[in-house]
Amino acid sequence: MTERTGPEDISATVPTKRSVRAENPGTAGSAGTTPTGPQPRDRGRWAAKVDRLTVTPSGSRGANVAGRRLTGPVQGFGKMWRKTYSIEVGTGVSPKEAIAIWKEHFAEFWPEGSRFEGPLKGIHPGEVALLDVGIGGGMKLSTGVFVLYSDEESFTLMTPQGHMFAGWITFSAERPRDITTVEAQVLMRANDPIYEIAMTMGGHRKEDQFWVETLTALARYLGAPPAMVHARTVCVDPRRQWGNVTDVWQNSMMRSLLRTVTAPVAGFARRRQHKE
Amino acid sequence: MGEVRTRTDVREICDLAAVIDVTGEVTAKSGPVLMSAYEKAITQGARRLVLNLGGLEYMNSGGIGILVTLLIRANRQHKKLAAYGLSDHYREIFELTRLEEAITICDSEQNGAHRHGELRVSP
Repeated sequence: MTERTGPEDISATVPTKRSVRAENPGTAGSAGTTPTGPQPRDRGRWAAKVDRLTVTPSGSRGANVAGRRLTGPVQGFGKMWRKTYSIEVGTGVSPKEAIAIWKEHFAEFWPEGSRFEGPLKGIHPGEVALLDVGIGGGMKLSTGVFVLYSDEESFTLMTPQGHMFAGWITFSAERPRDITTVEAQVLMRANDPIYEIAMTMGGHRKEDQFWVETLTALARYLGAPPAMVHARTVCVDPRRQWGNVTDVWQNSMMRSLLRTVTAPVAGFARRRQHKE
Repeated sequence: MGEVRTRTDVREICDLAAVIDVTGEVTAKSGPVLMSAYEKAITQGARRLVLNLGGLEYMNSGGIGILVTLLIRANRQHKKLAAYGLSDHYREIFELTRLEEAITICDSEQNGAHRHGELRVSP
């Protein structure tokens, strides 16, 4: 079931393996900070501040991630969307168990054609994972995600410059009644005009399909009876941020394409250099 | 998840600015409480809203999302949003999420209220 709503009513009250790591690994508020009050309970759940992402060891696969800045929904170019996908996974699993399993097997639930290279240690704040996402026509978008936040009942990934969207994806589980529900919520803007056009021309539909398949696979793994994924899309901000139009230079899809096209030439040049 | 543990109090500090004192937790469930405080402040005529986050005890990524929603709502209604009272920990989270590029972080509510020389705070 998919529900899509237009721009949010602003007058209404919302009822609503490469082991890779970012620079300055650790947790927010660790070394170098001086807490002024009582220790916040979320300490250790947030990643430490990073300026630019690093990928170790460096290589062509991480080329679209290394040195990039993180981008949240405040950055980016396109309209801002909040997309929420949820599915009931039954009574036999608690929210904590569901999230623990989701973290441990995160890559296994991804649809065919997409690949997630998670950190060796799992999903912990400050870690970076590389990913390839099939975007149709045999093309793949090579990019990455940063683990922004992680606790027992939720975790959040944040995207770098060049990713299809600027934003966060929060994975959570809760049990409001007797049935546990797992949820993926994306708060995002397309990162540049090319991605904005791509999202309009079927990208949103493809993304919906991606998360429906992911949640269905997770529910199946958790032993849940067959259930429908509920999807709700809200346009949080219908305006485009033209000030960020130059972010198109960071576009990972274009860079991946360029790298693929020029690979034979680069290989020939390397071989020739080697012979000489 | 569970119950909402967000408390707010709205204080008018001049004709055109109001402070929203936020204490307790800010999570995805804090939306209605924060939006209600926001509506109360703008109903009183505030053009600039200053979030006092000095009493913040817990915030998760869902809470940051709610602050983004609040920011967008303020922008669309041509209101300015600032924050003060952040501990080093929460200031770092604002920087990490790059929220500080959109929500001005100030040292005091007076600075937050009349930043950019737009408004004058009553003595």
